[in-house]
Amino acid sequence: MVAASGADARKTIHPLFIRVTHWVNAFAIFVMVLSGWRIYNASPPFGFEFPAGFTLGGWLAGALAWHFAAMWLLALNGFAYLAYGLVSGHFRRSFLPISLRGALHDVLVACRGQLDHAPGRYNAAQRLLYIGVILAVIIAILSGLAIWKPVQLQALTALMGGYETARRVHFFAMAAIVAFLIVHIGLAVSVKGMLAPMFTGRAEAPR
Amino acid sequence: MKPPRLVSLRGVRPQIARIERRLFLKQGLSLGALSLLSGCTLKDDDAVDRLLFAMSRFNDRVQAALFDPAQLAPTYSEADVTTPFPFNAYYEEKDIPRIDGEDYRLRLSGLVADKRPWSLSELRALPQSSQITRLVCVEGWSAIGKWRGVALRHFLERIGADLTARYVGFKCADKYYSSIDMPSALHPQTLLALDFTDAKYGYPLRLRLPTKLGFKNSKFIGEIFVTNDYPGGYWEDKGYNWFSGS
Repeated sequence: MVAASGADARKTIHPLFIRVTHWVNAFAIFVMVLSGWRIYNASPPFGFEFPAGFTLGGWLAGALAWHFAAMWLLALNGFAYLAYGLVSGHFRRSFLPISLRGALHDVLVACRGQLDHAPGRYNAAQRLLYIGVILAVIIAILSGLAIWKPVQLQALTALMGGYETARRVHFFAMAAIVAFLIVHIGLAVSVKGMLAPMFTGRAEAPR
Repeated sequence: MKPPRLVSLRGVRPQIARIERRLFLKQGLSLGALSLLSGCTLKDDDAVDRLLFAMSRFNDRVQAALFDPAQLAPTYSEADVTTPFPFNAYYEEKDIPRIDGEDYRLRLSGLVADKRPWSLSELRALPQSSQITRLVCVEGWSAIGKWRGVALRHFLERIGADLTARYVGFKCADKYYSSIDMPSALHPQTLLALDFTDAKYGYPLRLRLPTKLGFKNSKFIGEIFVTNDYPGGYWEDKGYNWFSGS
């Protein structure tokens, strides 16, 4: 029985700051993606539309209002998260070292259902995914600014390949984020003991 | 019975009318634009609508602060011009207003010293400049076009407009209306365009400013006014962001 040692003995694997910014970010991304799909539908650059039922805003003006309100939440929360991660050493401890070979190995092992998931420690595949999605969000924000202000921020728009290319960069950044979310949410709900610590911060008692 | 009261009422009638108009506008916004904004089907989504509307007003101020009067929009060559240029309005192409250029007079009102109407030949006698720039639509698409006409700044100076006023508004023959901030109106690339590819794009007079989204570029302009009272606009009153800068 480990119950005697009590809850205090359980290790905090997700600090409060990370938990708060994680869920604020989850809400902001949810709003940005669903309102973004509605904005996309107003003039789709690719040959398909998102089902209206899976979008946010009701019509273009509503979707834009959501998008340009939630962008502040996404950017400010993301900035706080990055600052905390860099200053506190969270990124260094959790994301380094990065190893492509290690990530490939871990993915193969995970596909056979044999990956050991130690609470509080990211495997090589996780590290690569988390760094990847952080970069995707940064690219989404930068390409979004390039579309929003192609005159005032024209150097950034030029860096993104011009207005029309920036629209497509913005789309693919969204696609990368959504692809990450499918894997991330899929694993979070299917691997035992992964979801609760993101609320409580504590790893489940060892069994 | 009590003449003094009647007299005093008559005195404040214009103010009452103004207040009533403001209230009407406000209600129009809260019932029309606000309920459209969130797209929620909830009955009690007033709070969400109000928040989104407040954020849109905040974004107006951010964009005004970000606006650099000296920053020019990128220009392109004749070869880059998009043909055919997309037609876009709140109505279909067959319903554009047909205006006789001979009879046309541009009306002026508001904080303007010389309100004399302008004919097309008088407008053409003013210095003309042209630009090839990208028009970005709020829907996301963009197209490169060529426009030629009078710099709005020059025109505003010429008619003795109060350049310290906050807004320049436009009333159009197609019942469209919109307004822009004075700094954007004074930007060197903001044109009262007289020449463009086809009449359907706003004959005889339209606004062209590459520093704002397409719907801020009023077409078929019949009247220009200068004011300090927020004039709104056709799409803006329905919930689109007012500043809509590029």
